Amino acid sequence: MSSPAQARPMIRLEALSKRFAHQRRLAVDNLTLDIYAGEIVVFVGPSGCGKTTTMKMINRLIEPTSGEIYLEGDNVTHVNPNRLRRHIGYVIQQIGLFPHMSIADNIAVVPRMLGWDKARIGRRVDELLHMMGIPAHEYRHRYPKALSGGQSQRVGVARALAADPPVLLMDEPFGAIDPITRKHLQDEFLRIQGEVRKTIVFVTHDIDEAIKMGDRIAVLREGSHIAQYDTPEQILTHPADDFVRALIGGSATLKRLALSRVGEAVLQSVPTAREGADTEHADGLLLIDAQGHPQRWADDTDARAIVTVSADATLQEALDALLLAPRGRAVVVDAHGAYQGVVDFDTVAGYVRHSAASLAQGEAQTQ
Amino acid sequence: MHHFYAYLQYRWPHLVALTLAHVGVVATSVAIASAIAITVGIGVYRTQRPAEATLAVANIFLTIPSFALFALFIPVLGLGYPPTVTALVMYGLLPVLRNTIVGLRSIDPAIVESARGMGMTPAQALWRIELPLAWPVIMTGIRVSTLLILGIAAIGAYVNGPGLGKNIFSGLARLGTATGLDLALSGTLGIVFLAVVLDLVLGLVAWLTTSRGLHE
Repeated sequence: MSSPAQARPMIRLEALSKRFAHQRRLAVDNLTLDIYAGEIVVFVGPSGCGKTTTMKMINRLIEPTSGEIYLEGDNVTHVNPNRLRRHIGYVIQQIGLFPHMSIADNIAVVPRMLGWDKARIGRRVDELLHMMGIPAHEYRHRYPKALSGGQSQRVGVARALAADPPVLLMDEPFGAIDPITRKHLQDEFLRIQGEVRKTIVFVTHDIDEAIKMGDRIAVLREGSHIAQYDTPEQILTHPADDFVRALIGGSATLKRLALSRVGEAVLQSVPTAREGADTEHADGLLLIDAQGHPQRWADDTDARAIVTVSADATLQEALDALLLAPRGRAVVVDAHGAYQGVVDFDTVAGYVRHSAASLAQGEAQTQ
Repeated sequence: MHHFYAYLQYRWPHLVALTLAHVGVVATSVAIASAIAITVGIGVYRTQRPAEATLAVANIFLTIPSFALFALFIPVLGLGYPPTVTALVMYGLLPVLRNTIVGLRSIDPAIVESARGMGMTPAQALWRIELPLAWPVIMTGIRVSTLLILGIAAIGAYVNGPGLGKNIFSGLARLGTATGLDLALSGTLGIVFLAVVLDLVLGLVAWLTTSRGLHE
């Protein structure tokens, strides 16, 4: 993560408040918050806490009652909202594709308003569909009714990215999608974000999604008061108060495992040998082939006794695999399937203890 | 029946002229009524009270007996085309107005929100998103309005308006004679024929003017 301290924020909300007509309480009460370029900031909190209202004030779909909004240092609180919105991508849970327009026309809406020429729009549409993994030649001229839920949401994201806005607002974008497709879309979105590096405000009520998607998480309580604004690691290891603790729920340590990759842990190593060598029956020896792919444990003739996890898997996924692995150990392989080391319960436990200690140390230094 | 067939053979140029005049006055009235009703519908669909009030007014127009309404305009508009069209426009408003309001209100709010969120002005959202989406429903209102006006237009002959009503009225005046029956029958059948043809034509127009993305 970049160090936010020195840079100018991409989005700055300053003493922002919103009171809706006929309501005594402020929906958003004097919120000040900085969001830096290229980071995903997740607003998480119970329903009615004001997180969506706060997000919609950034593109002024809801006008603030008081306070200021800065975008890249410019005060945009009073500029023409329609022109402002053409430079802020917007994705909502219900997607809201235009059913009477082809998929290409849906994506082209903002570029057309900005006066791009036809050829450039066509190239951009194809590029975005490709990025989203939707075959452009097949879907370009079809209508939204031909899309599945997951594909619709991909087109929704493509449409928001069409004019390459620096900022993207996403309001529970994966909320209405089945859990399997949701995980897939989240992973895919993180991969795309790795390429496009947008500044993203992401609203969700799901703390697990917040932990997964966020570079930083703003935990909000009623009135959009910030309970804690920090990295997922810090929020999980050092929740600011009981409100944050309650939102995280009982399994903070397990959730933290989802933040780390197997490759980041200190792996065990075991002796290895090429299959067919005369050491073949030694205890704890791992037999590998010429490409380094693990074949079987030397003391176990059954190749199924070997459980592998990718170095890119999260520690949570590794733990899941370990619970079913014979002797509680799994072989870690790289992207090409070659042996890298071995992970067992001690590896996972050691990583948790170590990272908690180093976070505490880091905190002690900054204070 | 033989007599009626002979009548048709002898008078068909006249019948064609009456039919065309009938289509003319109906088409003019539907066009004016639709323009007014769609404009008013756009103006009121977001509101509760004004929408109800305008619908109530259009409803009252429709309950005024047609003879009375045509006659009421004679002192102001005289005879012929003007009072006929005016009365028919009043009758044609309700179906289009109601369907415009219903059609615009039934659009998924998320679609309008994403249009605004992308930076469309309210007018752009209306023209590019809301009206095209409500169009099939509005078109249905125009079809209903056309059929309604088609029948009532016959009564326009009472104030010397154009169309097949002339035959019906002259026929009714000579009821009991063979010619009277021919006249009334030709006028009535002509209107039924027009109803079928115009509904088919408007159905085709509706299909052609609705985005493929909205077709079932």
